[in-house]
Amino acid sequence: MGSVLKIILQRLALGFLTLLIVSVVIFTAVNLLPGDFAQSILGQGATPEAVASIRADLGLDQPPVTRYFQWLGGALQGDLGTSFAQANFASFTGTDSGATTVAQQIAPRFQNTMFLAMVTAAIAVPFAITLGILAALYRNTVFDRATNIFTLTSISSPEFFLAYILILFLAVLNPIFPSLSNIFEGMPFSERLEKSMLPALTLTLVVTAHMMRMTRAAIINLLASPYIEMARLKGLSPMRVIVKHALPNALAPIINVIALNLAYLITGVVVVEVVFVYPGIGQLFVDSVKIRDIPIVQACCLIFATAFILLNLTADIMSILSNPRLRHPK
Amino acid sequence: MTEEPLLKMRGVKLEGRSDEKWNPIINGVDLTLARGEVLGLIGESGAGKSTLGLAAMGYTRDGVRISDGSVEFDGIDLLKASAAVKRELLGKRIAYVAQSAAASFNPAHKLMDQHCEGPVQHGVMGRAESEQDGIELYRKLRLPNPEQIGFRYPHQVSGGQLQRCMTAMAMSCRPDLIIFDEPTTALDVTTQIEVLASIRDIVEQFNTAAIYITHDLAVVAQMADRIKVLLKGDEVETADTRTMLSAPTQEYTKSLWAVRSFERPLKPAVLTSAVPVVSVQNVDASYGIVPVLHDVSFDMYEGRTVAVVGESGSGKSTAARCITGLLPPKMGQILVDGQVMPADYRKRSKDQLRQVQMIYQMADTALNPRMSIGQIIARPVEFYLGLKGAEKRKKVDALLEQIELEPTEYYNRLPSELSGGQKQRIGIARALAAEPKFIICDEVTSALDQLVAEGILRLLARLQDQLSLSYMFITHDLATVKAIADEVVVMKDGRVVEQGPKQEMFQPPHHPYTDLLLSSVPEMDPDWLTNLLEERGVDNIGDAAVGKM
Repeated sequence: MGSVLKIILQRLALGFLTLLIVSVVIFTAVNLLPGDFAQSILGQGATPEAVASIRADLGLDQPPVTRYFQWLGGALQGDLGTSFAQANFASFTGTDSGATTVAQQIAPRFQNTMFLAMVTAAIAVPFAITLGILAALYRNTVFDRATNIFTLTSISSPEFFLAYILILFLAVLNPIFPSLSNIFEGMPFSERLEKSMLPALTLTLVVTAHMMRMTRAAIINLLASPYIEMARLKGLSPMRVIVKHALPNALAPIINVIALNLAYLITGVVVVEVVFVYPGIGQLFVDSVKIRDIPIVQACCLIFATAFILLNLTADIMSILSNPRLRHPK
Repeated sequence: MTEEPLLKMRGVKLEGRSDEKWNPIINGVDLTLARGEVLGLIGESGAGKSTLGLAAMGYTRDGVRISDGSVEFDGIDLLKASAAVKRELLGKRIAYVAQSAAASFNPAHKLMDQHCEGPVQHGVMGRAESEQDGIELYRKLRLPNPEQIGFRYPHQVSGGQLQRCMTAMAMSCRPDLIIFDEPTTALDVTTQIEVLASIRDIVEQFNTAAIYITHDLAVVAQMADRIKVLLKGDEVETADTRTMLSAPTQEYTKSLWAVRSFERPLKPAVLTSAVPVVSVQNVDASYGIVPVLHDVSFDMYEGRTVAVVGESGSGKSTAARCITGLLPPKMGQILVDGQVMPADYRKRSKDQLRQVQMIYQMADTALNPRMSIGQIIARPVEFYLGLKGAEKRKKVDALLEQIELEPTEYYNRLPSELSGGQKQRIGIARALAAEPKFIICDEVTSALDQLVAEGILRLLARLQDQLSLSYMFITHDLATVKAIADEVVVMKDGRVVEQGPKQEMFQPPHHPYTDLLLSSVPEMDPDWLTNLLEERGVDNIGDAAVGKM
């Protein structure tokens, strides 16, 4: 077990290093965005003095390196800063109610996104793996081809198109699920689930193809191995040969594709959120970019990067653990 | 004998698909097997032995089909039976033991889980009963620690033990017939004995019929009641084992038996004043922190062959890597012609590199598949000798003639267009192209069939006489050693346990390990295994080989 622990620690350290590099990239990229918050909030009536005063207020007049380290230092302690939009709003009204921090703003949105991602994963992962196993079992049959065509079509269609098709069939023609996913805090779980169903189904259609095709390919890849031949020559049923003998050895590539798709569910679902008016982090992110609310943009980017790195790390570790040679050294 | 045979194959034709068409593999072979009988199936690689063995189970690999004939097992026509009927028979009444147990056990499951799968799925026994039975079988097969070994993963168990676990797995449902497909080919000689003895015992004990597929005549002589010889998909002859060994009727069979007669004449002893071409002095080497060689020393003289023998993992190939400089030794030195060589090949001059050449075990992987034969041989000619244009071509042609391949015919061919033996000849020509004094031959014949291997050995011997080459011949096959060696170095666990001239090495007294190694080489005598086991005492075969486990 010692070697596994060592590998995991190494991967964790590498992940942290990657995150650090990503933070530099995020900071640089966000600062390269044309225009700034003061300009965009003051609009046409911006006098140079007003702009300068807002910039000084927000610390935008500091050199970039200083700002980076202030931001990084804060982020390491869990303080992602204060939203420009909120800070500004407070100073305009004169009632300083304590400016909302970025963390407070992002938290509920992030929870919503995670909820949607988990609902989708709970549907999509078992669905895709089952389809992949069945496609491998009945390879080159009509079922296999139909599955491939179905999943490839759904991944090739734009997300909003899939979303509207689902709305048409499951909300308008057969009112099973609501077409708007306006969930809010304190909503009971069952209602939340019902309202998230259509976006979750749309995303399922988007992510199934990759996972299903990788499952199929990874299993078929192993079917020529001597131990699969041995399993067949022991007179086992084709289903048992695939599930018991091929699948455990095909896990590593499948886990990696699942992780990539889960990361996509957290970071890439803006379009679906917009279509269903789902209050997730993607919408907040896009809105903040529009008004150059830099602390929120940076925080969102950092969260996305962390999600990506953590999921890939988990996938790596699970792939390692799926290898009995590493789990049970000689 | 009026009893109905257990297995009856009539006019079986098998075809394999390649280049978009079906090519014959087996052209109508008959095979009859009585209950409890062991039939040996022998032939060279490509003779169709394995394919025929699998066809006896009504099974074909992808890209192979049974185009004609019938396979009847205990009155059931396997070729007409439905998949479900066949699944009911496979594992339960007909079992299979594969060549490589390491590849044929599923790496993801414990041995016992795989052992019990058959009986449980076929409803022969419950899990607990099957587990008890498994432990009992492991004990019968003389596996060490039978209570525990089943609860390990395949990678935690050695090759010889795995092969016995696989035999136990095949026995798990007490089948009527077991197909053994080269079960000991991948094993060392000392390990092979234990597996052979175990298999023979258990097959006798349960009166199981078996088809024993192998290319090794001496092995089949120990195992089979009857032998069937195959050549390129046709049956050559079938006879009772003793008759077949003492009086083969067909030319091909006789030629197989005769292979082992090749032996080089003894050479006079080396002058004490002679300087060795290559001298390995007190070499220690390790891979990372794992030590592999301990204080290894031996000398090789001009025009002579030193055979380095030992089991896998004994450090034979590592010693070769030290001599070539691929693995710089931790301690000790390599001398060529009395001169100390830089340890690392990167620090050696072109001329120093030229003096030591290598021929590899797998000619398939040692030749660049994208380069023509001419290019492959021309490269060292140009690199070491600096020849260009017409001179280069002349040299390559001369080399091709030396290895008995017609230059005009082979110059532009690709390696994929050659047979295994021809590819190995190209490997020899490439080594000769550098005009070396010393060539390391790393298991150069072990991937080849006996007749082809003999051709290579004869070629190497002739080249040695013509060019005064010295060879370091790495092998685990003592028959090859007998054929061509002048001196023998026996290695075990990274140490030289014994060395000396061949005639001394094959005469007692020996180091106990050399003795074990020598006595473990199967002989053609069908009573050899029985006598050997009696000599060693059946119960301590395991003990005799404990040294290597």
